[in-house]
Amino acid sequence: MSHLPFIWAAYTIGTVVLLWCAFAPLVRKRSTIRDIRRLIQIEESNRDTDT
Amino acid sequence: MNTNVAVKDKPRKNALVMFIHKLGSPPWFYNFTGKFIPWLWMIFIVLAAWALYMGLFRAPADYLQGESVRIIYLHVPAAWMSMLIYGSMAVMAFIALVWRIRIVEILAMCSAPIGAAFTIVTLTAGSLWGRPTWGTYWVWDARLTSELVLLFLYLGVIGLYNAIDEPRKAARAACLLAIVGAVNLPIIHYSVKWWNTLHQGSSVSLLGGSSIDASILWPMLIMAFAVKFYYAANLLTRARVRLLEQDVRKGWVKDLVREQRT
Repeated sequence: MSHLPFIWAAYTIGTVVLLWCAFAPLVRKRSTIRDIRRLIQIEESNRDTDT
Repeated sequence: MNTNVAVKDKPRKNALVMFIHKLGSPPWFYNFTGKFIPWLWMIFIVLAAWALYMGLFRAPADYLQGESVRIIYLHVPAAWMSMLIYGSMAVMAFIALVWRIRIVEILAMCSAPIGAAFTIVTLTAGSLWGRPTWGTYWVWDARLTSELVLLFLYLGVIGLYNAIDEPRKAARAACLLAIVGAVNLPIIHYSVKWWNTLHQGSSVSLLGGSSIDASILWPMLIMAFAVKFYYAANLLTRARVRLLEQDVRKGWVKDLVREQRT
């Protein structure tokens, strides 16, 4: 039995899982920053209409 | 008048205590850790690339296991990390519950997904090693089962933390589960001694040396060292994002985003 497919499968799954785990917070950070920008815009436009 | 007396009586704060106090401040933590994250990633990539090159291309195949031994460069470091992360998460959970330090609470909660990822890697890589070596992907052996329980504990902590709306209350409940679940760590470690298992006993020991040949052992140890930097970089990245999410309406977060915009 060739062991190569098992080695490839183990490293492929390992790489995918660890890459997903590393990039997930970056995606989340981008959407959080977008939300904060939107919040700031709303607050600034409210302040402009008040004055 | 002797002014030295007054100087001596004044309580002096230890530099380490001052540093810990500063780490408790969200803006300071955010800025301070941000400087280290790229370096941590870089060290991880260099060490992991070196370990994989040594392990996959330079180290010989095992006389008994053949080429499948190359899976251990992933499986063993991931297994050690799955336990180490749970242990550190439990310690941080305890500190968070006793002293109510929000940053430590966040760090404990952000450890769970990273630990779960390492546990998934451990179980899949181990399973793929088991098929050519043992002739089966899975057996309900004490070591494999307790490692699977560890994955469920991680998922439980993540689930509980996300199930409650108020983040501090959610963290307290999840921290409690994390502490209770720590009882599984000695079970995983000693499972190969306490029960008759298909999984082999420890081949590497801190005090007792190793039964693995140096040509195989060193790439594995380098990889085990490399993944510590992965954990540190990933944990700090997650903690910074969590801080932004929790402090979304606070001034320092808005200032930070405004600075990025300009």
